[in-house]
Amino acid sequence: MQVHVNGISMDIPGGKTVDGLLEQLDRPGGPCAVERNGELVPWRERSEAILMDGDRIEVVTLTGGG
Amino acid sequence: MTVTTTDHLSITPLQIGPRTLTSRLIVGTGKYESYELMQDALLASGCDVVTVAVRRERLLDDQDRSLLDFLDLDRYTVLPNTAGCFDAADAIRVARLGRDLLEQLGNPGAEWVKLEVLGDRTTLLPDPIGTLEACRELVADGFCVLCYTSDDPIMATKLRDAGAASVMPAGSPIGSGRGIANPAAIRIIHDLLKDPQHDGSPAYPLIVDAGVGTPSDVTIAMELGADGVLLNTGIAKAADPVAMAHAMRLACESGWHGFRAGRIGTKLYATASSPWSGNIVSIPGE
Repeated sequence: MQVHVNGISMDIPGGKTVDGLLEQLDRPGGPCAVERNGELVPWRERSEAILMDGDRIEVVTLTGGG
Repeated sequence: MTVTTTDHLSITPLQIGPRTLTSRLIVGTGKYESYELMQDALLASGCDVVTVAVRRERLLDDQDRSLLDFLDLDRYTVLPNTAGCFDAADAIRVARLGRDLLEQLGNPGAEWVKLEVLGDRTTLLPDPIGTLEACRELVADGFCVLCYTSDDPIMATKLRDAGAASVMPAGSPIGSGRGIANPAAIRIIHDLLKDPQHDGSPAYPLIVDAGVGTPSDVTIAMELGADGVLLNTGIAKAADPVAMAHAMRLACESGWHGFRAGRIGTKLYATASSPWSGNIVSIPGE
């Protein structure tokens, strides 16, 4: 199935969780927050949040700002 | 001879919602030439709260390093912002993402947010209607909301009444370096929020946010009665950010003392400091 992560389309196997997706991504490490289809996926619930075909995922972190 | 000291004049802590701040400067982490320079400037500013933005991951610097590698989370409370949001719904999304991140870090900043809902990209002035709507919803969601707003006094009271833990009027547009464009408006906001005669509370925290270019801008904000100043560009883009951060810290303390000392009134004409009586010279008109 296909999901869209930070605007990039990706093919992933069905049944994958948000945590599973994060492990698959080539991430820089460190904490992140995840949103699915505009709704926060709380970090404590990522291991149980099963992705669905067409999900739009945003993976965010903290950066410099005022 | 009795020697007196001014030790009793040390700056008192600032309470904003559940947080107690030692420094009255809140400093941003954006726009520095390097993370190392940011670290040194934050240290020189004496701040204990720093603002950050929430952005898509992989926003690493050109050496693949991230902000979090350079922030001492034991020293600083992180205040996540909703910068770049142009409606209430997006600001609420970003606030929740920031809280989720800071919970993972175990940082006390998880409980608060610097709310920005912008009106347009050129002025970066706040959208007052969107700001009020987002403030209400975030307060209901348990956030301690520090609310960026314009220098409109009535809007400041509406945000306070909506539950904002602090109202933070802009001195002038973000990053403009124009200082306190309308001192009278800031003073009126001070009175409406903090003066019991105007149904205000002296303990309600008023922070001047945005537009600061020089240390004297910080001093003026504090002399007008602000409880603190939030700034970023004025330090980060100075020729020597560390020296400017040091100057901003001193300016903040100076303005805080100056406001409490009670300034003299202003007059159109001069009043001599030395006595006229006993003068041995001729004085025109006498």
